[in-house]
Amino acid sequence: MRTGYDLELVHLTKRYGDTVAVRDLNHVFVKGSYVCLLGPSGCGKSSTLRMIAGHEDVSEGAILLDGQNVSQLPPARRGTAMMFQNYALFPHLSVRDNVAFSLRMKGVDKVTRHARANELLELVDMTHLADRLPAQLSGGQQQRVALARALITDPKVLLLDEPLSALDPFLRIRMRTELKKLQRELGITFIHVTHGQDEALALADEIVVMHDAVIAQAGPAREVWAQPRTEFVARFIGGHNVLALPGGKVTIRADAVSLGAEGMPATVIAVEYQGASVSVTAATESGEEVLALLPEAQFFQSPKSPGEAVNLCWDKERLHRLEA
Amino acid sequence: MTTNRHLLGWLQAAPLTAVLLAFLMAPIVMIVIVSFWGATEFSIYPAFQFDNYEFLFGSAVTYQVFGATLKYALITWALTLAIGFTVAYFLAFHVRSLTMQIALFLICTIPFWTSNIIRMISWIPFLGRNGIANQTLLSWGVIDAPLEWLLYSDFSVILAFVHLYTLFMVVPIFNTMMRIDKSLLEGARDNGASGLQTLVHVILPLTKPGIMIGTIFVVTLVMGDFITVRFMSGSQRANVGRLISNDIALLQYPSAAATAVVLLCTVLLVIAILLRFVNIRKEL
Repeated sequence: MRTGYDLELVHLTKRYGDTVAVRDLNHVFVKGSYVCLLGPSGCGKSSTLRMIAGHEDVSEGAILLDGQNVSQLPPARRGTAMMFQNYALFPHLSVRDNVAFSLRMKGVDKVTRHARANELLELVDMTHLADRLPAQLSGGQQQRVALARALITDPKVLLLDEPLSALDPFLRIRMRTELKKLQRELGITFIHVTHGQDEALALADEIVVMHDAVIAQAGPAREVWAQPRTEFVARFIGGHNVLALPGGKVTIRADAVSLGAEGMPATVIAVEYQGASVSVTAATESGEEVLALLPEAQFFQSPKSPGEAVNLCWDKERLHRLEA
Repeated sequence: MTTNRHLLGWLQAAPLTAVLLAFLMAPIVMIVIVSFWGATEFSIYPAFQFDNYEFLFGSAVTYQVFGATLKYALITWALTLAIGFTVAYFLAFHVRSLTMQIALFLICTIPFWTSNIIRMISWIPFLGRNGIANQTLLSWGVIDAPLEWLLYSDFSVILAFVHLYTLFMVVPIFNTMMRIDKSLLEGARDNGASGLQTLVHVILPLTKPGIMIGTIFVVTLVMGDFITVRFMSGSQRANVGRLISNDIALLQYPSAAATAVVLLCTVLLVIAILLRFVNIRKEL
């Protein structure tokens, strides 16, 4: 038995000239988990993924997979497979030949590799389009093919670089359900880079929030959302208000804020009806904007409109102190 | 409304059609007509006879010269393709910065800053019996006597062709290569392809249209050439172009026209065969 983990980053650093894209990253990815690398563009999440994949040289540090340092190995010998953002399907090859590409490179004969490709196409439900060219497929279909092509190498870790960003919103939600389902069935580690917090919350067993080349916070999705460590994480993950109170910065969840008779005085600046709830944005006297997410029924008992004075109140217990 | 739009479409296409008709179709039709005319030692006369073609197809020289022309075209094509593909590959995939790519690309065009006659003639002092090449080789002791085949030979003709036309291969191939998504190469690497496998299974198939366009350029230019063959072979070799040029020098226009028609058909046939292999339409 190894030490119970699958993929470990040790002091991983990436420099481009003088700029540091990834700074001294240490992290253990639990085997068989769905991990989302979350952060704004330029935070180093893509560089991290590409280093794990082997498409970017490691400046310093090591990447351990199954206890073996793979950071100097070529991509195909690491036990990882990557699914590219634009899928990178070979336009001159049929869907089946795209999926079978890695087997062809290994010199597997045509009958065997096509049989194996068909199995994977069945897994992603694309058997009926096996003879088409990639250009004849929709975005979602192309993604399935890319997924099948990555999985045919039997990777221990599948790396997904913003896999859903090229899809329209409806398809995005459907595909993320399928990704999650597939990950559960296969039981391998998925590392999914995204800048969408809703995507990360929906998919991830573990969320790794990156900011300015370092990990800002890592943990189970619920923990990261409920207990953000820093102001950046609280703001990025959404649904939180950051308040500067005497004694330091705290967060309060938007759904824990209500409008009452007494509390912090504020002026309503925007009201948005969202169906099940209504979001009210109010500016406090110190100029901070506070978002309150009120149940629909509660809001319409005493509706507010922009310009009205309100009092924001919350249960003191629900304030969460930030470390930074 | 529909008729109006039809009319408008025709009107928009008219100027280009007129230009093509006047400057491309009319001369060709003229050549075809003249190719059936008759000629004596001192005159040509309108007629409709097959004498020119009969003479052309009945002469062994015709077949030898067409053979030589095709040989030049084939060898030049192979060499320009090998060199052109390598240069384009280097420019497109090894040179990282766009500025550097443009700079190197401009350097490739330097030979084109002078006329092709000068480019050709500048080979003569280099390749001649007492030229730089022979003298250098002699002084190094590689050879004992000057190499005779360096100049005024098939070698020098093909050398000049390759020198003149490689860029016509580089440009379209480079152009198609630049359109290849770099993530495809990473994708290939991720799937375990070696550098050579990526070249054979990804880059080469995706570059085919560019190769085909370059091929058409080179083949048509070499097959229609006469001046390079004349200069670089010291008038000791012949191709179809020289056959036509000789006829014209002797004022045998009908015979020249007939040869030109046969050459045109040959070139069109070659292009038609090439187009069977690759669809270049998406490149245009």
